Amino acid sequence: MPNPETKQLEISLWRRITDHLATLFAISTVVLVLAPLIAIFAYLVIKGVGSINLSFLTQTPKPPGEAGGGMANAIAGSVLILGIASLLGVPVGIGAGIYLSEFGRNRFGDSVRFVSDVLNGVPSIVIGIVAYALVVLRQKHFSALAGGAALAIMMIPTITRTTEEMLLLVPGALREAAYGLGVPRWRTTLSIVLRTATSGVITGVMLAFARVAGETAPLLFTAFGNQFWNWKLDQPTAALPLQIFTYAISPYDDWHRQAWAGALVLIILIVAAVAAVRLAVRHGTLGGAA
Amino acid sequence: MGVGIQVENLNAWYGSTQALHDIRLNMEANHATALIGPSGCGKSTFIRCLNRMHETTPGARVEGNVKIGQLDAYDGISPTLLRRRIGMVFQKPNPFPTMSIYDNVAAGLKLNGYNNRKEMDQIVERSLASSALWDEVKDFIHKKSGASLSGGQQQRLCIARALAVEPEVLLMDEPCSALDPISTGKIEELIFQLKTQYTIVIVTHNMQQAARVAEYTGFFLLGRMVEFDKTEKIFTNPSDKRTEDYITGRFG
Repeated sequence: MPNPETKQLEISLWRRITDHLATLFAISTVVLVLAPLIAIFAYLVIKGVGSINLSFLTQTPKPPGEAGGGMANAIAGSVLILGIASLLGVPVGIGAGIYLSEFGRNRFGDSVRFVSDVLNGVPSIVIGIVAYALVVLRQKHFSALAGGAALAIMMIPTITRTTEEMLLLVPGALREAAYGLGVPRWRTTLSIVLRTATSGVITGVMLAFARVAGETAPLLFTAFGNQFWNWKLDQPTAALPLQIFTYAISPYDDWHRQAWAGALVLIILIVAAVAAVRLAVRHGTLGGAA
Repeated sequence: MGVGIQVENLNAWYGSTQALHDIRLNMEANHATALIGPSGCGKSTFIRCLNRMHETTPGARVEGNVKIGQLDAYDGISPTLLRRRIGMVFQKPNPFPTMSIYDNVAAGLKLNGYNNRKEMDQIVERSLASSALWDEVKDFIHKKSGASLSGGQQQRLCIARALAVEPEVLLMDEPCSALDPISTGKIEELIFQLKTQYTIVIVTHNMQQAARVAEYTGFFLLGRMVEFDKTEKIFTNPSDKRTEDYITGRFG
């Protein structure tokens, strides 16, 4: 029979080892997750930062062989297309999410959920073809609108499902508190449920936004790309991912450098947009809120 | 001012399960009525029928007559309008976490389209004062969230929120079951003051509490009201054997 005290010591030693192993495992998974992110960003900075200058940010592309030129029109085009996509996709997505969480406990709700999940898995190039058929063929033009529509379709399922999940997390007790005050159901849904879930819903929107901001395939035959400035919604429009794609597969070193710079600018723009929205939301909420 | 409540032949169901059987009850204006009984006996369901909250549960159904003063609760009035005249305080404090203390109290007014800023300030102060919370929070009613208060303060905030819409009846569903004895004492004191202006119906598991705050007590068992009488009578000389068994702790 081992002495009970030694036995206890042995257990605690074993426990300490497993404890440390578990911690080590957790830390190494975090590193594993962060490493590619940091590596990509660092590589982009190294490759791209040298080519970012005033003319890159203010000029349109120059013909091959001519030095200089920039991606100003592509940056503006991306902002335009993402603006359209958000205007179309965010209200639809949030609306559908509200429906599913507050009114969708039925067969129709289940089918909406199913369709939404399927839509989430549809390859982006297929969604580009859909937008081509629905918008481009009808307008007989490649356009910013078509690009925005394609990206909007991609945003909707993500926003719908995260909105639904976030609203379902709002305790039923808050809904009852509002009903108890004689607040109608629609008002409770908007002013209590949606408002309580705001930060989660915003997270879903930003997730969808960040995902489509870098999409190239759905823009290939919708927004199409443009070497010049364009602010008209029904005309072919440049976009950063398209420009990066075109420059990256070109045979010119100068264009390769600009593609790296474009990629860096794209990532910075996405991070800035997400941070700005987060900050705006935080500013609007109270300290001490759960 | 409070109004009386008359209930006749009230039956309630959850799906096919009947939760209340033929409840008949008169509650006097400006008095506190306590409802006691073991868990699952239907007392919470009963008060949720008074402000038509029961029917918000999917599959729930109600039959019978409920009169709040002159008003027929189940005929000719929308549930939302009815609920503006009947305040409700729940078992767990449920302040709106995204709103400041002020906005929590003003919520019933704001969300129903009322927006006279000056009067609202007065109503908020008066409601917080009536729920004995004003002195503790007056310095930060705009700065702090309702969820940042302690449990007992949150419950008094919920009472203030219910009072702000100036109801005639205040329903309290085990308002102290999540609170410590000191907070419980404060809320009981509050009930004492509030019943001069409101008709109060309080569901409680705590029989001492019923004896302390209520003039009338009803004993529920298995979805039926076994006995309803003056609190003193219920606790000293109940007519029904089952009531006696319950209050003496022989079951439940």
